[in-house]
Amino acid sequence: MNLNRIFKAKTMAVIGVSSQNDSHPANVIYNKNHFRYPLTVYPVNPKGGTIKREPLYRDISEVPDNIDIAVIAAKADFVPGIMEGCIKNNVGGAVVISGGFAESGKLDIQNRMVDMAREADFPFIGPNCLGVYSPHRIDTLFLPGERLIQPRPGNVAFVSQSGGVMVDSMVKFTRQGIGISTATSIGNKAMIREIDMLNYLADDPETKVIMFYIEGFEKNEGRKFVLAAEACPKPIIVMKGGRSQEGIKTVSSHTASMAGDYKVFSDVMKQHGILEVRNERELASYCEALSAYQRCIQGRIGIITVSGGHGVLAVDNCSDLGLEVPQFSEATRNAVKENLSSSIQSIASLSNPIDLTGSALDDDFLAAANVLVKSPEVDCILILILPYSPGISAELGARISHICKSEDKPVIAYIPNEDKYAMLIEGFELNNVPVSYSVEGAVLMAKALKRSEKC
Amino acid sequence: MLNNEITKIIDKFKETGWVPEPEAKRLFQTAGLNVPKFSWVHTPDEAIESARRIGYPVVAKVVSPLVIHKSDVGGVIVGIDSDERLKEAFNIFKILDGFDGMLIEEMASGMELIIGAKIDYQFGPVILLGIGGTGVEVYQDVTMRMTPITESDVSSMIESLRGRKLITGFRGNESINIKELTSLIIQFSSLVTSIEDRIQSIDLNPVLCSGKTCIIADARIILNK
Repeated sequence: MNLNRIFKAKTMAVIGVSSQNDSHPANVIYNKNHFRYPLTVYPVNPKGGTIKREPLYRDISEVPDNIDIAVIAAKADFVPGIMEGCIKNNVGGAVVISGGFAESGKLDIQNRMVDMAREADFPFIGPNCLGVYSPHRIDTLFLPGERLIQPRPGNVAFVSQSGGVMVDSMVKFTRQGIGISTATSIGNKAMIREIDMLNYLADDPETKVIMFYIEGFEKNEGRKFVLAAEACPKPIIVMKGGRSQEGIKTVSSHTASMAGDYKVFSDVMKQHGILEVRNERELASYCEALSAYQRCIQGRIGIITVSGGHGVLAVDNCSDLGLEVPQFSEATRNAVKENLSSSIQSIASLSNPIDLTGSALDDDFLAAANVLVKSPEVDCILILILPYSPGISAELGARISHICKSEDKPVIAYIPNEDKYAMLIEGFELNNVPVSYSVEGAVLMAKALKRSEKC
Repeated sequence: MLNNEITKIIDKFKETGWVPEPEAKRLFQTAGLNVPKFSWVHTPDEAIESARRIGYPVVAKVVSPLVIHKSDVGGVIVGIDSDERLKEAFNIFKILDGFDGMLIEEMASGMELIIGAKIDYQFGPVILLGIGGTGVEVYQDVTMRMTPITESDVSSMIESLRGRKLITGFRGNESINIKELTSLIIQFSSLVTSIEDRIQSIDLNPVLCSGKTCIIADARIILNK
């Protein structure tokens, strides 16, 4: 099944565009793609007419172009007929936005569409979904553009059974500096399912991290999914919706009663090196960290701070999450000390965490970071920056990032999330060094990099 | 791993829906898993003869298609050390619902673990390992892995349990034989794969593990309807 024409579409037909009601979902989709995306878009409605000085085509067969993607937003009963027309006219694939299928008890219409599509090898996403979103490329979300916050282009792919969870996460990702390659809401996932998306994204050069929001699999489908995920070299993150469903109420077997659906899901994900996140905070931290660094670490963390208390909290968090904070050798401590400014040489604490104290200057951070990126004693560095400290400048982020890029060792920063520190934060993020707005978040990011026992 | 004998045992209990302990034990024995010496007897004389052959002390358990949880109805007596006590046990069991003889077994000891299998809707066969005994129901300290199970899966299963030190040893308590446990779980996993279409779930509860061996002290197989 070739999904390229859907995700890398150049031509789009939006079927169901109204000449009367410009807030119809099909119109929202037509307008945003027509005016704001590098696609040629054709509106279709059997009644014909015009819209925005463009002709409304009565049928897909009348569109004077070879269409890559058809976005179908018509009443459920009409969709099989529309799909048949798309297949006949060699459309590359479809996104069926409309609801009113399996989720409203009309499984028969949905099955008819699947049978037809399978036979014609015609991929379609949905129905009952928001479809696909790729920054600066395509957007089938029927949500008005001005209501959304546009995520930046990046390398995280998001696949979601829920359109709402996907959009809400993307909005928050933007604030966290996480970029998206493609986001796909698969809705009822009648034909294109998680495993199809996994297979497509595994080969997508723009995607480096794949995130799934999953509520459930069909019979034995979970098995196929985890085996494919294990074979995929890209980090895969899952969030499971519907964890709290009651365990199976059988008393005949202890195993059956203890091996509830969620417990099995969670353990099997772990077994196959798939990262499971349980809340928004983990989701954002894991996506951001893995977006920057895909290589696994063992989890020996070096910490640089200007506040002893933050150092202690970071060590506590590391210990809670199974990360080591090893003591530095004398050679490492001396190497750091030699390069510190004379005013802090005698007061800085040089064990791990390195506490540069509130008198530290940018150059002291650079000196410590320079030693740690080269030291084999740690394989990940956390830098805890409190910009209230007078010796820290707005350029520190970019300067440290450049040092870090000289070695292949992940660096993660903590900086409080306030507008006035934006330049400091951007100095890191523009250089692909992830920044967390809490110490726990920074440690979670490190944990994400120690993603699998198999690494 | 699937052979005729195993298929025959399972087919025999298709109607009942589960395989009672003596036959479940025979099934595991056939599959090469470690079970205690046992004998299924129907008269007091047979019982005495078997117990003498196995060697006192023995465990006696009721066999009945109507009793799935034996200890709930007083259907398990341990530490029987004489012909008299064995006869007493027989008489107690005789009046239980659906009585179909008595299982006599050699006494085994060790730390109690639960090993189980379930055919999961989404993931197919999964294997469970947990800390056994009454703790099974209270702490639910269990972990699951999808088949096939590798050696490193078993290590990670042990590592995932909160009570892992009970297995690996603490303060002078010796570790159980991890090698034996590992091979038991791996063999069990391949048995489960070979009969996955026929079963719903299996409990090996408890499996008794010591520094020397791991032995399946009780077993229940719930069949597919």
